[in-house]
Amino acid sequence: MMTAVQANGPQRIHRHKFTLWVAMGSMVMMFAGLTSAYIVKKNQSSWLEFNLPMVFWYSTAVILVSSFTIQTAFQAHKAGEMGKYRILITLTALLGIAFLVMQIMGFSDLEANDIALTGSRSNSAASFLLVITGLHMLHVLGGVVAILYIFFRAYNPASKAGNSLPVELAATYWHFVDVLWIYLFIFYNWIG
Amino acid sequence: MSNEAVLHAPAAAGSLDHGHGEHHEHHHHETFISKYVFSMDHKMIAKQFLITGMVWAVLGGLMSVLFRLQLGYPDSTFPWLEDLLGKWAAGGKISPEAYYALVTTHGTVLVFFVLTAGLSGTFSNFLIPLQIGARDMASPFMNMLSYWFFFAASIVMLSSMFVETGPFSGGWTAYPPLSALGDASPGSKTGMDLWIIAMALFVVSQLLAGLNYISTILNMRTKGMSMTRIPLTMWALFFTAVLGVLSFPVLLSGFILLIFDRNFGTSFYLSDIFINGVGALPNEGGSAILYQHLFWFLGHPEVYIILLPAMGIASEVMSVNARKPIFGYMAMVASMFSIAILAFLVWAHHMFVTGLNPFLGSVFVLLTLLIAVPSAIKVFNWLTTLWRGNIRFTPGMLFAIGFVSLFISGGLTGIWLGNSALDIHLHDTYFVIAHFHIVMGVASMFGMFAGIYHWFPKMYGRFMNNTLAYIHFWVTLAGAYMIFWPMHYQGLAGMPRRYYDYSVWESFKQFAELNQFISLVAMIVFAIQILFLFNFFYSIFKGRKVTTENPWGSNSLEWTTPINPGHGNWVGEIPEVHRWPYDYGKDGKDHIPQTTPIGADESHH
Repeated sequence: MMTAVQANGPQRIHRHKFTLWVAMGSMVMMFAGLTSAYIVKKNQSSWLEFNLPMVFWYSTAVILVSSFTIQTAFQAHKAGEMGKYRILITLTALLGIAFLVMQIMGFSDLEANDIALTGSRSNSAASFLLVITGLHMLHVLGGVVAILYIFFRAYNPASKAGNSLPVELAATYWHFVDVLWIYLFIFYNWIG
Repeated sequence: MSNEAVLHAPAAAGSLDHGHGEHHEHHHHETFISKYVFSMDHKMIAKQFLITGMVWAVLGGLMSVLFRLQLGYPDSTFPWLEDLLGKWAAGGKISPEAYYALVTTHGTVLVFFVLTAGLSGTFSNFLIPLQIGARDMASPFMNMLSYWFFFAASIVMLSSMFVETGPFSGGWTAYPPLSALGDASPGSKTGMDLWIIAMALFVVSQLLAGLNYISTILNMRTKGMSMTRIPLTMWALFFTAVLGVLSFPVLLSGFILLIFDRNFGTSFYLSDIFINGVGALPNEGGSAILYQHLFWFLGHPEVYIILLPAMGIASEVMSVNARKPIFGYMAMVASMFSIAILAFLVWAHHMFVTGLNPFLGSVFVLLTLLIAVPSAIKVFNWLTTLWRGNIRFTPGMLFAIGFVSLFISGGLTGIWLGNSALDIHLHDTYFVIAHFHIVMGVASMFGMFAGIYHWFPKMYGRFMNNTLAYIHFWVTLAGAYMIFWPMHYQGLAGMPRRYYDYSVWESFKQFAELNQFISLVAMIVFAIQILFLFNFFYSIFKGRKVTTENPWGSNSLEWTTPINPGHGNWVGEIPEVHRWPYDYGKDGKDHIPQTTPIGADESHH
C-alpha cells in the first residue's frame, strides 16, 4: 500500500472529490444551456412577465440554512462527535425535503394565479420556470438520497468511523445545489 | 488513494495495513458473471463497448445498404425486401416512411452508438489505464455503469425498430416539429418516444464515462508519467472526454424541453402549426431554432468527440510503425487543445440558413475557418512523422495513413462549407453528406480500424490475419472514395439530401447511373466489413498467438504488461516512467521503452 502511494506522488485531491468537481462542471453546463435558452426565448415574441411566488424567497432561506447545517455536520463528523453529526445531518435532510415541498407550493401558487406551467394555455416563461426549477429539484433530491445513504452508513458498524470522505463529498455537492439555486433565483429575479 | 485501493476497494474495506506490495494476482474468485458480464475490469468493459459497437455498425451499415438500394434502383422491386421488412417494403419496394426511418436510424446509430460509444468507449477504456500506468479506472463501478447505460440505450433503440408505427424518421438531428408532435408523422409517435429515451440513457452513459476518463488521466498516472510524457492517444481521449462532459448536458437540456413539448403541451419549440387532419395547434410563441442552438452546441463538439480519438490513435500507430518520434508532440497537443476550444464556438455554422443574423454568421465563419489552422498543423505533423521513416506497413499503419488521407480530403471541403455564402447553395445537399462522411464518418472508422488492428494483440493475445486485413483496407479505402467523391458533384449540382426518389426530378435524372454506381460500391464495401468481422472473431479464437510482450517494438506502457494481463494489469509493481513514449531511432537504438531510465551518454531528452 505504502509503496503504491509513493508511486503516485503527492496527492493534492482525492480522485472521487475530483470526479465530483468535474461532474459539477458538467451540471453547470446543463443549467447554463437552459438559462441561455431562457434569455434567447425571452427576447422573442409573446413572453409572459410575472413575479416569482413569495414562497421561493422562503425556500431560498431554507436551502441557505441547510448549507450551514451540513457544513457543521461535516465538521462534527471529522471531530468524531457522532451524536451531533447525526442530529445535524438529519436536520439537513429535513431542510432539503422542506425546500422541495416549498418549491412545489410555489408551482401551485402560480397555477392558482392562472399562470399555467404546462398545457395548451401555458407560456414558455412559466414552462421554463417549471423545467429549470424542476431539474434543480431533482438535483436536490439526489443530494437528499446521498445524505440518507451516508446517514444509514453512520449506523452500520462495518463502515469505518474515521472516514469522513463520503460526508465531505455530500457536503460539497449540497453546497453546489445551494449555490445553483441562488444563481437561478438571482437569474429569475434580476437577470433573465 | 492509490491504484491498489481502487482495485480492491469493494472487497477490502479496512485492509489498509495489509502489505499489498508483491502480488496482485487475484485473491478473489471470478465467476462468469463478474468476469464477462458485470465486469469492472476496464479491459473487459472496453471489449463490451467494442463488440456492442460492432453489432450497431452492422445494423447501421445494413440500413445504409437498404436505403442505397432505393436510391440506386428507384424503379426496381426486390421481393426479398418484403420478407425482411414486411409492410415497410410492401411489394419489394421500401416505403417512404421506411426510407426516412432507415436514414434517421442509420445516422443516430453511427454517430452515437458506433463512433462515440464504439470508438472512444472502446479505446478510452482499454488504453487509459494501460498507457498511463494505472491498475484500473478511478471508479471501476461507474465505468461498469456507463457500459450498462449504453447497453440499455441500445436495447431501447433496437426495440424502436419493432413498434407498429416504426422508428423515429425525422432525421438524426431530431428537429422539432417532426420530433415534437406525434401527429406529424408515423415515426414521430412511439418511435420518437423510444428514440429520446435511448438518447437520454446514452447521454448518462457518456457522462459517467467521461467523468471517469478525465479523473483517471489527471489523478492516476504512475510515477514519472507527467502530462507531457503521456502518449498522444491519452491527450486525444482526454480532450474527447472534456468535450463530452461539457456538451452532452446541453443536449440533454434540449431533449428535456423537447420532452415537455411532446408530452406536456408546452411551447418551447412550437408555434403556429397546422397539421393536416388535426387542425391548428394551440402552441404559440415557441422557436424551433432554439432547439437547433441547443442541439448543435452538442452537435458540433460531437464531431470532435468522434474525430479526436481517431487522431490520437493515428498519431500513436503512425509513430510506432514509422519507427520515428512523432513530429511536434507539443504542437499536436496544442492543436488538439485549440480544436477542443473552437469546437464550442462554431455551432451556428450548421444554422447559416436559419435566418441567422449575417453579421453573426460572419463571426462563425471566421471561427470555423480558424479550425483549419490546428487541423493543418496536425496533418503536417503526420506527414513529417512519415517522412524518411522506416515504415512498416502493418494493417494498423495502413489504416492510420488512410485516416490522414481521408482527413485531408474531407477537411478541405469543410473550408468550402464553412463559408456562409457558399453554404447557401450547398446547405442540405449531397456535398454536405460527402464532406462529413469522409472527414468524420469514414476517417474515424479508419482510426478505429487502425486501433483495433494495432491493439488486437494486447486485447486478445493473438494477431489478426494480415491478408484479410490488407483486402479490407484497400477495398474500404477505394470504396469510401468511390462512394463519397461523386457525391460532391451531385451536391454542387444542387441535389438535396434526404429525398426518397431523385428520378422524378428533371434536374437530377442525369445522376441515375451515378447513384447506381454509388449503391453498388456501398454494397461491396459493406460486404468487406463482414470480412473484417470474420477476421476479428476468428482471430480471437484461432489467430496466430502473440509470443512476446511487445510485438510492435513499442515504447508505451501497455506493452510492458503480460501478454494476457489480468485485472490489475501488471504483476507486481506498476513500472516507473523515465521518458516520453516516442524515443524511436534515438542514439542508434531502435526504440527505448518509457520504463528505461535516462542513460548517462544519451543525447538531449
